[in-house]
Amino acid sequence: MTSPRTLYDKIWDSHVVEEQQSGNSLIYIDRHIIHEVTSPQAFEGLRMAGRSLRRKDTIIAVPDHNVPTTPDRATRIDSIESKNQLDALERNVKEFDVEYIPMLDVRQGIVHIVGPEQGFTLPGTTVVCGDSHTSTHGAFGALAFGIGTSEVEHAMATQTLILKRAKNLRIDVSGKLGIGVTPKDVALAIIGKIGTAGGTGHVIEFTGSTFENMSMEGRMTVCNMAIEGGARAGLVAPDEKTYEYVKGKPKAPKGGQFEMAVNYWNSLKTDPGAKYDKEVFIDAADIVPQVTWGTSPEDVLPITGNVPSPADAENADHKAAIERALNYMGLEAGTKLTDIKVDKVFIGSCTNSRIEDMRAVAEVAKGRKVSVKEALIVPGSGLVKRQAEEEGLDKIFIEAGFDWREPGCSMCLAMNADKLEPGERCASTSNRNFEGRQGPKSRTHLVSPAMAAAAAITGHLTDIREL
Amino acid sequence: MDKFTKIRAVAAPLPIINVDTDMIIPQNFLRTIERTGLGKHAFHNIRYHDDGTEREDFVLNRPAYRNAQILIAGENFGCGSSREHAPWALMDFGIRCVIAPSFADIFHGNCFKNGLLPIMLPQEIIDDLMKDAQNGANAVFTIDLENFEITRPDGEVVKFEIDTFRQHCLVNGLDEIGLTMEKDEKISEFEAKQKAQQPWLYN
Repeated sequence: MTSPRTLYDKIWDSHVVEEQQSGNSLIYIDRHIIHEVTSPQAFEGLRMAGRSLRRKDTIIAVPDHNVPTTPDRATRIDSIESKNQLDALERNVKEFDVEYIPMLDVRQGIVHIVGPEQGFTLPGTTVVCGDSHTSTHGAFGALAFGIGTSEVEHAMATQTLILKRAKNLRIDVSGKLGIGVTPKDVALAIIGKIGTAGGTGHVIEFTGSTFENMSMEGRMTVCNMAIEGGARAGLVAPDEKTYEYVKGKPKAPKGGQFEMAVNYWNSLKTDPGAKYDKEVFIDAADIVPQVTWGTSPEDVLPITGNVPSPADAENADHKAAIERALNYMGLEAGTKLTDIKVDKVFIGSCTNSRIEDMRAVAEVAKGRKVSVKEALIVPGSGLVKRQAEEEGLDKIFIEAGFDWREPGCSMCLAMNADKLEPGERCASTSNRNFEGRQGPKSRTHLVSPAMAAAAAITGHLTDIREL
Repeated sequence: MDKFTKIRAVAAPLPIINVDTDMIIPQNFLRTIERTGLGKHAFHNIRYHDDGTEREDFVLNRPAYRNAQILIAGENFGCGSSREHAPWALMDFGIRCVIAPSFADIFHGNCFKNGLLPIMLPQEIIDDLMKDAQNGANAVFTIDLENFEITRPDGEVVKFEIDTFRQHCLVNGLDEIGLTMEKDEKISEFEAKQKAQQPWLYN
């Protein structure tokens, strides 16, 4: 009898093609999503070496990072380089005969929104994409992780990657979340606790009643940010909610195969007594709405807090980091977080652009008015957009003064025209507050969709519970 | 891929923790379809003023470090985005080795595919190397990957560890894809087995 195994162990073991002497393994890749930024050099590599795709049925391609989000996107060109990259993707998918969802297709959107919506992301599979937020798909109990372009090429040519087994990190959050506390706050609170390198070398399994009771959208938000905690992948065990979400999606197994798949997926849960290398326990009741003040996702505090001081640092490196962050962010130590005024608001990204996020924003926006310079809402896909419009949410947004856009990565990383001006401060539902992330000298505060909407209304960081 | 056996070069100190890949190569420069030419944009936002002139406070702009091939940095180097443009930019600038207490996983893996050597050492040793690196043009280190050795400017030798497969590939400049393609039969066997057990993955 084999010893008890974790969810991660089971998925890993079932994908080992070969154990190599060096301690690495050749791991089979089931699903691969491609976008325009990290794939052109991989296709070029294949072309130069005269190699082909091993299994094109495991790949879908969709443009997201560079696409314009304005209504005139069909004819608009934000930059010649962006156009070149988008054109290169179209050329490559045609040449290599890869399934492609073009920009004007209603299914187009951010890779990590599209995969689950199409039923391309399935429990128990390995999913890769040349994008670090591939961890999102772990919400389905898929081992999903971001890869570099060389690995994109490797996966395309061989359907495998050479990987070292990661350690198991369990993060358990149990109990009921308070009013105004969302999956985003859970993700940020976790990163605040373990730090941005806390999960390095590990795969996180999120366990506990808080995740069991969370929607698939919420689980995706949490797994999305596993990478901000240093873990290449995050996982939630598949359950009835997962199957309910997957069932009937275009690429999901059908009929008898679906039943067969569910049987298999039910066997993936971590066995009782399985050992984790590290365990972290958090009481859901201790989590309050979160906001970042600095330039790393670990620079996060409850919205009730104050901007920290370099004097609070535990060592010289961290003191220097706080000084650097305060200087960059233009903040004074001790300032109440709710006193920080914002210039713009961005609601979107693979972290928070799903239908639930749209509903949460609408709830705050209804009957109120935006007071900041610009407040963008960028749905994660054309399908999210369509559903939001069917529910009448777009009218609420527009009436409140939000700018309702077409789907894409947009101001999360500012590769298209959606960016902050130097020095501008933004409450953002995205995942990274790095220096320059939303444009040169941009200042980002990461928050939940409801908190971003509240900041758009009040003009400053706001405790959603007090709006 | 470029081979990496032994280099002797100046090391530049970059005593910043959590250096993310956005800092190494900002998003503006990701709109390329080439692997080359990114060196001039490496660290763009902390390297140049708005008018394009160089910032004196950035270490690689100082005369002694302009030809540095080694970076000594703080913990969690290369965190954030999976963009391989980060190692491409460092390599194109001329950096062949980064030494830090820890690296983010994706960046760490990407380095090896491009002939860039990431070396992990305990914080106490990094602190010493960081002091060495402050000595401008005298901060000359030797990195010997065949023998897993760093020789400090004063001649002291520091040993380091690295995955033996990655070391083998770097030292010999091997193409991993070519190596894996030799396993074609095993991969086909795996697929046949998986298809029988999980046919829905092969529709």
